[in-house]
Amino acid sequence: MKTLIPLAFVLVLATGYGLWYQRTRGEFRKKKTVNGPKLTAAIVGTELGARATMVQFSSAFCTPCRATKVLLEDMVKTMPDVHYAHIDAESHLELVRQLNILSTPTTLFLNGAGVEVGRAMGTPKRVQVHAALAAIH
Amino acid sequence: MSVSIDARGPRWAALITTFVLAIALITSSVWLIAFQAVVFAIGALRGPQFTPYAYIFKKVVKPRLKSPVTLEDVRPPQFSQAVGLAFTLVAIIGSATGAGGAFTVAVGFALAAAFLNAAFNFCLGCQMYLLILRAAK
Repeated sequence: MKTLIPLAFVLVLATGYGLWYQRTRGEFRKKKTVNGPKLTAAIVGTELGARATMVQFSSAFCTPCRATKVLLEDMVKTMPDVHYAHIDAESHLELVRQLNILSTPTTLFLNGAGVEVGRAMGTPKRVQVHAALAAIH
Repeated sequence: MSVSIDARGPRWAALITTFVLAIALITSSVWLIAFQAVVFAIGALRGPQFTPYAYIFKKVVKPRLKSPVTLEDVRPPQFSQAVGLAFTLVAIIGSATGAGGAFTVAVGFALAAAFLNAAFNFCLGCQMYLLILRAAK
């Protein structure tokens, strides 16, 4: 039986998803619901920044994780009040569940008190990180 | 530290895979799926740089490419090959047991993943690995 219907179905759905996927990677999403748990230096493994902390979750089977790490590490060099923390999702599954991390890389943006104000999935662009940090006072 | 490979290799392989799976879906050919399953098995067990598609990339495509070489960790594409293998095995079992619907759905998912990878640089490991871990542990 030769039919083009399943092929067309898959390609249309996948194209729709792919366009959404590409557009939303790296996009900063503000947390709309109630405040999440307060994260501390003990949890993220790094001293929190005075203004903000970027907490990146990574995993082994993730190509954009490395690029994200390189970018964020580079960016905090020039921002003394912003810190960067890197967490291996696989060895912190409890935390991953608690914070509802679904994919890698996911970067949480914490304010000075350690509360998440928003997050970005995928590798953000430099300007997107600047904009996200500018929104944290 | 794991092996690094030319990042364009897996993308090229995803393109070939997309065409093979699309033809298999149109013609309902279990033999084509069996061939693709062998390719996935080599990619998953030995590494994506050892598949026939990678061989074509190395011998024919790569010498003609002018874009700069970016290296990537071999583990993310290897994970994708393992997921592809799982889908093609389900398709083969479906076909062998007379479950044509299972064949179509499994090939459809494998095609969607390969197409997303080829067209949108979709990272399957990023989206799936953490969810699998969260479900399993």
